[in-house]
Amino acid sequence: MELVVFYTLAGFSVVGALLMVTRKSPLAGALALVVSMAALAGLFAMLHAEFVFILQILLYAGAIMVLIIFTIMLLNLSPKELKERPVGKVKGLIIFAATVAGFLGFLRVLLMLPEGVPYVAPTFGNIEEVGALMLSSYMFPFEVISVLLLVAIVGIVVLAKKSI
Amino acid sequence: MTIHLIGLGKAVFIWGLALMCVPILIWFERKGAAFIQDRVGPNRASILGVRLAGFIHNFSDVVKLLTKEMMVPAHANKWYFMLAPFVGITVILFAFAVIPWADNFRFGGWDIPMQVTSLNGGILFILAITSLEVYGVVLAGWSSNNKFSLLGGLRSSAQMVSYEVPLALSLIGVFMVFGTVQLGEIVTGQGNLLFGFLPKWGIFVQPLGFILFLTSVFAETNRNPFDLPEGESEIVAGYHTEYSGIRFALFYVGEYVAIVLGAAMVTTLFFGGWQIPYLPTARLISNAPMVLKVMLIFGAIVSLAAGAALVVYDKRLRGTWPKGDLRNQEGRILATVAFLMFAAHLVAIAYFWSIDMPDWGRATVALLAQIGAFVVKLLFFCWLFIWVRWTLPRFRYDQLMRLGWKTLLPLAFVNILITGLVLLLVDRAGS
Repeated sequence: MELVVFYTLAGFSVVGALLMVTRKSPLAGALALVVSMAALAGLFAMLHAEFVFILQILLYAGAIMVLIIFTIMLLNLSPKELKERPVGKVKGLIIFAATVAGFLGFLRVLLMLPEGVPYVAPTFGNIEEVGALMLSSYMFPFEVISVLLLVAIVGIVVLAKKSI
Repeated sequence: MTIHLIGLGKAVFIWGLALMCVPILIWFERKGAAFIQDRVGPNRASILGVRLAGFIHNFSDVVKLLTKEMMVPAHANKWYFMLAPFVGITVILFAFAVIPWADNFRFGGWDIPMQVTSLNGGILFILAITSLEVYGVVLAGWSSNNKFSLLGGLRSSAQMVSYEVPLALSLIGVFMVFGTVQLGEIVTGQGNLLFGFLPKWGIFVQPLGFILFLTSVFAETNRNPFDLPEGESEIVAGYHTEYSGIRFALFYVGEYVAIVLGAAMVTTLFFGGWQIPYLPTARLISNAPMVLKVMLIFGAIVSLAAGAALVVYDKRLRGTWPKGDLRNQEGRILATVAFLMFAAHLVAIAYFWSIDMPDWGRATVALLAQIGAFVVKLLFFCWLFIWVRWTLPRFRYDQLMRLGWKTLLPLAFVNILITGLVLLLVDRAGS
């Protein structure tokens, strides 16, 4: 049963990613990426990273991709206006095959190492654990990221204003 | 295998509840609007003469929408045009997976939680789903090749994205008070008593959070007073202008399902969900025969009163329609149904009066009482949505955005601050 779910989600993820890189229209690519992200979120849930599952949908598929889709829709480029990338089909296929083979080889090596596949505690991925870590060991990065986001927001407002 | 079947049954139940509330809501909307505006409302559609005060209009609407021509505008992007309504309705139904509708069903060795799934992220799942809803709106607005649709779609999505922030922040106060993100535990935590006599409902411990949350939910579902994106007199119908037939029906149903979801969230977080005040589950189970009798007697009284009212209605109605018209018989038919239900209640009371209730009977009675409490609160909040819609005028778009970012957001932060301070002082006073 779990295998069926895994193959379905992985299939959606891979097909979504493939569609994204092969579509001419940028909007189709963006929507395919949303499907791929949602399937990835499902895979995270299968690995018991439940908090990351929700964050993936909430932030990635729900906020970042919406922003990208807004940009694409407002720019409204038709596929004819976008230039073709000068990489031939055969060359692209060879690069793709080489990348996949390299990654699979890396994964195989990793699985052979004893500490390549760590066992996690039963409470791994819980929101309580992540929250406790964020406020104890990772307190400084947490605060610094908040300041960084504030700087980004203020910068956007300043850049987007027509006159100060 | 049994686990999967039970989960499937729960999913079917909650989806059925959500979707069955939609025709009731549509009826509330029209009759409620008419009531507030001092007119009668639709009351013409009838089946074999029975009009049910306008409820049959739901069926006639469905038939009309199914048989209407489904047009796709010229030069519209067909694929996205057809995709948008499906995204709109499907995504919103997923959010009902974490709403609890009763306490755990304990009987024998079984302990079945009464929500489809208890995710570790709890209510964050619903926030994630509301952020996915934007896709339906944006795709519909953009693919219609219509300036009004595009404007409505962009405004609506900007509004939904803006109001997600106060929505999430107003919930942080609730998380701080109840100490958990999971909805089942939040509802269980609302069973305690505050100061000894007040049930620890969310609204008593988080009044400002309730107001902020309610306002943000109105804005998230594009309901008045935040419905400029689909305001009829302003930009035709916003992002669903070009949709007709079953596609429009899907958008319409999706909007009402979002209302039911908003009402369910308000009930669960701030009004105790399925909790009946002063009657925790243990007391319900130990007093189950009494609870059952009370419910049956209440049902009997309601049926009797309905029957009497319908007899009066029949006297007033008889002869007002032309001879042979079936609508003359409506009062008599409905009165017969009401008296039959009264008789059924009496039979049930006689049967259950002195029966020795087994364990599963007690658990079932407690379950039904809690589901009843949940549904009553849900319908009350759905009615609140409709009430506010026909009472308040619409916000202008810049006023809307200003309210979201400049008023609700700082208030949400103040709420978090005050909640934190109060919790700190209470904790220090207690220990």
